[in-house]
Amino acid sequence: MAIELCIEPTLPPGDIQRLRAGDQVLLTGELLTARDAACGRLARVLAAGEPLPVDLRGRIIYAVGPTPAKPGQVIGSAGPTTAARLRPYLEPLLSAGVAGLMGKGDWPPETAAVFQRFGGVYFAALGGAGALLAKAITAVEVVAYADLGPEAIHRLRVERFPAIVAIDAQGSDLYRQARQAWRRPAGSGPDQGG
Amino acid sequence: MTEGVAAGAQDAGTGGQAQPGVPRRVSVDAIRQAVADLLVEANYRVGDDVLDALRQAAAEEQSPLGRDILEQLVANYELARAERVPACQDTGLTIVFLEVGQDVHLVGGDLREAVNAGIREGTRAGYLRNSVVGDPLLRQNTGDNAPGVLHVDIIPGDRVHVTVACKGFGSENKSRLAMLTPAEGIAGVKRFVVETVDRAGAQACPPVIVGVGIGGSFELAARLAKQAVIRPINRRHPREDIRRLEEELLEEINRLGIGPQGMGGIKTALGVNVEVYPTHIAGLPVAVNIGCHSNRHLDTWL
Repeated sequence: MAIELCIEPTLPPGDIQRLRAGDQVLLTGELLTARDAACGRLARVLAAGEPLPVDLRGRIIYAVGPTPAKPGQVIGSAGPTTAARLRPYLEPLLSAGVAGLMGKGDWPPETAAVFQRFGGVYFAALGGAGALLAKAITAVEVVAYADLGPEAIHRLRVERFPAIVAIDAQGSDLYRQARQAWRRPAGSGPDQGG
Repeated sequence: MTEGVAAGAQDAGTGGQAQPGVPRRVSVDAIRQAVADLLVEANYRVGDDVLDALRQAAAEEQSPLGRDILEQLVANYELARAERVPACQDTGLTIVFLEVGQDVHLVGGDLREAVNAGIREGTRAGYLRNSVVGDPLLRQNTGDNAPGVLHVDIIPGDRVHVTVACKGFGSENKSRLAMLTPAEGIAGVKRFVVETVDRAGAQACPPVIVGVGIGGSFELAARLAKQAVIRPINRRHPREDIRRLEEELLEEINRLGIGPQGMGGIKTALGVNVEVYPTHIAGLPVAVNIGCHSNRHLDTWL
């Protein structure tokens, strides 16, 4: 039922266009990690027109800061962080050719249109399931910004890493659809508030 | 210190009783060890209150996707317990509550340094993440997950109660405080709490645990909210009217439709805990501390 996606190490534009919000996917191949600090640096490098420490074109960026590996582990726990904090960096990253982002949670309302404009996709991984998700990671290597510790850019090798397409390249947003579908009238709910 | 005090006092953990009027000695080293142990254990073993609530939510959730998500979360916590690994990679900012008996004499060094040493030790030994920057503006990772946040309170007696919470910041970021007016009353409180969870939406890792602090002053309301969020969700407030408020809030929050991970459903929150305190005639402070489902905290007595 889940769609198998190959990222070797890029996600082909044709595959991205076929994805629809709500699709469950299993990612196999390569991911790059970047969260707050690394995305900030990448955005500054791009703004300054300096060379990037890693080619971002066609890549999927996973917003994660893993725990250290215990002896015998490939990586520690490695679930997604809140993607919306990366909003200031979204246009720079997508215009640099990033094919998609993976994190947890929704984005501000206008963000789906940004993904649409750049033909990018947003995958939601299971927040708070870092132990489980680490099982789908088979190799890890720091490729840039090692000084950032858990926020360094890592290259991850993943095998059937589970995610859900939350915003597709057509600008469809699963979170907004779900809210509308499941919201029930409230007695003194937020609709009455400011 | 006089010889008499030293001879009459018992170190923490020996089980001895202090003599009347003689402070019981508790070594800060015992506190350091407790912090380190609780920090690791809390990260590996989410509480039974949360795990039971997740199982129940999985049975009750109407959204098939929501159910699937809840089942995976249960699987994640079972895996973390079995393999002794952090359940979540955000092993949190360490919040330590110390309730120190007024008949306790803390010996053996600097208390704050002992707590931070415990955090460093637990982080290293438990393979937890270094999630702390040394300055909020300069943002350089301290590289050892210290310091934490320490709250100290004085209580009657001769024991020390140590509580360690590992606070993930996806949810912490969504917390809010309002200084309402008395006229806004309980309806205003409810509106603010529900609105805060609504605004948190999918980003706070729902199903969430909601801690609400009502009353006191600006800073006390926030602290009450923190104490509320780390109260086990199967332990209801002793006051009947507050219990009812907790239940009503939970019901309203679960009508928001956010659902597990924000993908829609009827399980947006696993629990709402409220703490109250007297306040000023002019005010009605209310603070909402959002906890993710990975609501990790443990305590012990020394």
